[in-house]
Amino acid sequence: MALTTYLEAIRQGIWEEMERDERVFVLGEDVGVYGGAFKVTKGMLDHFGPERVVDTPISESAIVGAAIGASYLGMRPVAEMQFIDFISCCFDQITNFAAKSRYRWGAGVPIVIRGPSGGNTHGGPFHSQNVESYFYNTPGLKIVQPSTAYDAKGLIKAAIRDEDPVLYLEHKYLYRRIKEELPSEDFVVPIGEAAVRREGSDLGIITYGAMVYNALDAADILAKDGVETEVLDVRSLQPLDENAILETAMKTNKVIVLHEACLTGGAGGELAARIAEKAFDFLDGPIIRVAAKDTPVPFSPPLEEYFLPQVDDVVDAARKLLAY
Amino acid sequence: MSTAKPSTSKEYRIEAPDGLDLGKHQFVELYHYIALNRRLEERLSILYRQNKIVGGLYSSLGQEATSVGSAYALADGDFLAPMIRNLGSYLVRGVSAKDFVAQYLARECSPTRGKDGTQHFGDLSKGLIACISMLGALVPVMAGVAMAMKHRGQKNVALTYCGDGATSTTDFHEGLNFAAVHRVPFILVAEHNQYAYATPVSMQFTIENIADKAPAYGVHGEIVDGNNVLAVYDATRRARQMCIEGKGPVLLEAKTFRRKGHAEHDPADYVPKKLRAQWEAKDPLDAYSRFLLDQGVATRSEMDDVDAKITRELELAVQEVLDSPFPDKSIADRDVYFSARTDGGSHA
Amino acid sequence: MLERKTVSQTKTKRSKISKETKRQLLHYMTLSRRIEHRIERVLYRQGKIVGGVYVGRGQEAISVATAIHMLDNDIVAPTHRDMGIFLICGVSERRIIAQYMGRKTGVTQGKDGNMHMGDLKHNIIAFVSHLGDNVPVAAGAALTFKMRGQDNVAFCYSGEGATSRGDWHEGVNFACVHKLPIVFFINNNQYAYSTPIELQMPVKDVADRAPAYAMAAEVVDGNDALAVYESAGRAVDWARSGKGPYLVEYKTFRMTGHSAHDDAGYVPKELFEEWARKDPIERLQKHMIDAGELTAEGIESMENEITAIIDDAVDWADKSPYPDPEDCLKGVYHEGR
Repeated sequence: MALTTYLEAIRQGIWEEMERDERVFVLGEDVGVYGGAFKVTKGMLDHFGPERVVDTPISESAIVGAAIGASYLGMRPVAEMQFIDFISCCFDQITNFAAKSRYRWGAGVPIVIRGPSGGNTHGGPFHSQNVESYFYNTPGLKIVQPSTAYDAKGLIKAAIRDEDPVLYLEHKYLYRRIKEELPSEDFVVPIGEAAVRREGSDLGIITYGAMVYNALDAADILAKDGVETEVLDVRSLQPLDENAILETAMKTNKVIVLHEACLTGGAGGELAARIAEKAFDFLDGPIIRVAAKDTPVPFSPPLEEYFLPQVDDVVDAARKLLAY
Repeated sequence: MSTAKPSTSKEYRIEAPDGLDLGKHQFVELYHYIALNRRLEERLSILYRQNKIVGGLYSSLGQEATSVGSAYALADGDFLAPMIRNLGSYLVRGVSAKDFVAQYLARECSPTRGKDGTQHFGDLSKGLIACISMLGALVPVMAGVAMAMKHRGQKNVALTYCGDGATSTTDFHEGLNFAAVHRVPFILVAEHNQYAYATPVSMQFTIENIADKAPAYGVHGEIVDGNNVLAVYDATRRARQMCIEGKGPVLLEAKTFRRKGHAEHDPADYVPKKLRAQWEAKDPLDAYSRFLLDQGVATRSEMDDVDAKITRELELAVQEVLDSPFPDKSIADRDVYFSARTDGGSHA
Repeated sequence: MLERKTVSQTKTKRSKISKETKRQLLHYMTLSRRIEHRIERVLYRQGKIVGGVYVGRGQEAISVATAIHMLDNDIVAPTHRDMGIFLICGVSERRIIAQYMGRKTGVTQGKDGNMHMGDLKHNIIAFVSHLGDNVPVAAGAALTFKMRGQDNVAFCYSGEGATSRGDWHEGVNFACVHKLPIVFFINNNQYAYSTPIELQMPVKDVADRAPAYAMAAEVVDGNDALAVYESAGRAVDWARSGKGPYLVEYKTFRMTGHSAHDDAGYVPKELFEEWARKDPIERLQKHMIDAGELTAEGIESMENEITAIIDDAVDWADKSPYPDPEDCLKGVYHEGR
């Protein structure tokens, strides 16, 4: 059986949902004729027609606003940000219109806003950001980030079927680098469930997105010293699988929280706080956050490499923690 | 682009547009909505002074004809997103006076159960979409509603309002451009009420008419006397027809005036007295009453009956709401997300 | 309301443009073309460029023949297809190539890449990827000129695609309400990435949007360097004399994909062929040769001179170091001494 890339998994997931449910449609810049800047919507225009694959002007506010409006009529729009960095242009529609609608007046907004996020591609400050924290403090939004092709497909399907607005943050570094065999039958990955990627009892690394692979590489290195590392892929930041996080913390007693977004104000602070509040008695050392530096994402390779959390950074943090 | 400037003669009189398709019952119904709009806001103003209102109170005094006339032109299945000064539009769509009182008094029995206030509520079963405080935000949203209608082949339209101030926003521009590129059945009623909070239109844009913006978006633009309920009704009805025929969107500018401050706390000292007096003389309720009498459509006693009914309805509504509880704190963290318990999927 | 002029109504007084000005225009346009060619077609393919490459091939007349009107202390907010502006403003070819190679000696010292460069010493405001974002910013610069009573002008560039953005609308409206000294130069190259103009806006010309702001506007052939020069002169004079904003729409064509990776398969071949015949550099050369202001030898020596400049810049940039990793942390906030 052929291997499916992370990118193709997203495409298949949207495609199958469009086949399954005629209310599902995509809209965004260059999604139709061009098939999207990264080709996530390739072939959709020919297959589903321009009514369901809507090319738009460069108007992120209108893209998300229109998705909200269509959802009020029962549609299931999937809005693409050409790069997730452009989501700042429609901040208001997301945080004020979509996120608060159900709470205020009972009108759910079942839309998906998805786009390529993350760095390590020399995209510079405007094509590399991780935006989850801009939205993490806004109740009403769900936020997911898949790290595997299986999850990419399962989560996009779950996001499309979800009754609430979901930010689906795909990592563009993984688009063509990650592939695996996928089941041929329909499946979803429920939003709000973390996944243990490697089991261990000496150290826990709680992470998501592309950093899952840094955590696994670090675990391999630590294994040579006899350290058994557990790697937990959070997958969904909102809602958060708190039980899974606490289980890893209680089992390993030493926890690193790892993410690609900047350190200060990042989601890691929330994860660490939950552990500190609810599993403090189980900890044998401080919760250590490993994250990107507190700077814009720099462009030049040596700068970006320094900016991003590297495997060695994780190993160093682990050794420090293991010394407790 | 047709224009219908308000008459400048001493007594402001309104006329029925040619070919108006309304019967006696509808003429009286329009009167009912305008009068109810007016009296309800007056009653709310009293409650405000009695310190019973939670938060701010926004008035549409002088603009009632625009809300009522435009909403009245819509049909079943059309969607409407009123703004803060479109209380009358809700009334036309069947929202009760009690709902408004309950919203402003933040009670459990209000449409948002106290989770939001003022005119910030909607009801998908009535084709009503709630506004948010960010002006212009409804424009792309209603463009999306219209896009869904077009997509489904529905013969319906989506309508929303914006003030002169909102025309300066991102969402106005992106939303109208988006709607125009996709030729969706969307009516944008721009209420040119001449002040955005304290900012006069001369500081808002450099053109005389909002309808002058229509060619920039390749859409039909029209100016209507926003204080003439019949003209607003007729222009909206025609705009609706254009949209149904695939000739939308339409930008309909209603010339009117905000007679009160931005909200109840604002005395609006920045508005020249003369300007205010000019527009007081063009009161839409008085003008419509005169029209009904002059044309022999309704008698004074018929209108008195309507007024009396409104008074009774309002007193009852206020009493019921005052007697009703505030929401229990237990609902405060509910319905942030979908829950099968509370939401059976109310989508249209 | 102001009437919009159209190309046919615009009388270009070519005879008044000096031979020296034409030579300058030709020099900068050719330099832009060659430097971008070297970056996109040579260095990019050699793997020496970091990240993406966006070029203004076929559109060089617009950047060059407008920005050449800049006076001291005027400010410019270019887009990603305005190489000529950087050259005219005096940013060195060396620093530009180093910028594309992600070197420490690049304009942003490796912090950002390609056309995302600015330098207030050269009066250039750096572009961000979010199209249209530069419009309110340029308006703010113009507001400052007005507040200070300076007779300077803000040169603000957008593509036709950016005009769909809310920032463009808010910025233009703001500038018009405050009657600011700013010129909006619109590079209408007919494609926004893969999106053709009819899916971008429901009007024929971007200039059709100007009456919505009661703004003076005209439409000009963007591939005719002399017409661009003339119209930009009018627009800049207008703004400099306190008459408020002015919009000039230049009709042109993007002779490439959106960026170096994009083969632009969505663009009909005939369009490329049609616009290749309107090449702005060849047109200016022909005009000057016909007028006896340029010879084949003159073209050759200009080309040689430019090749030498670029060779030097590439050589210099290639020998330049990458930034130190720790430079990553510098410059996020003010670093006082």
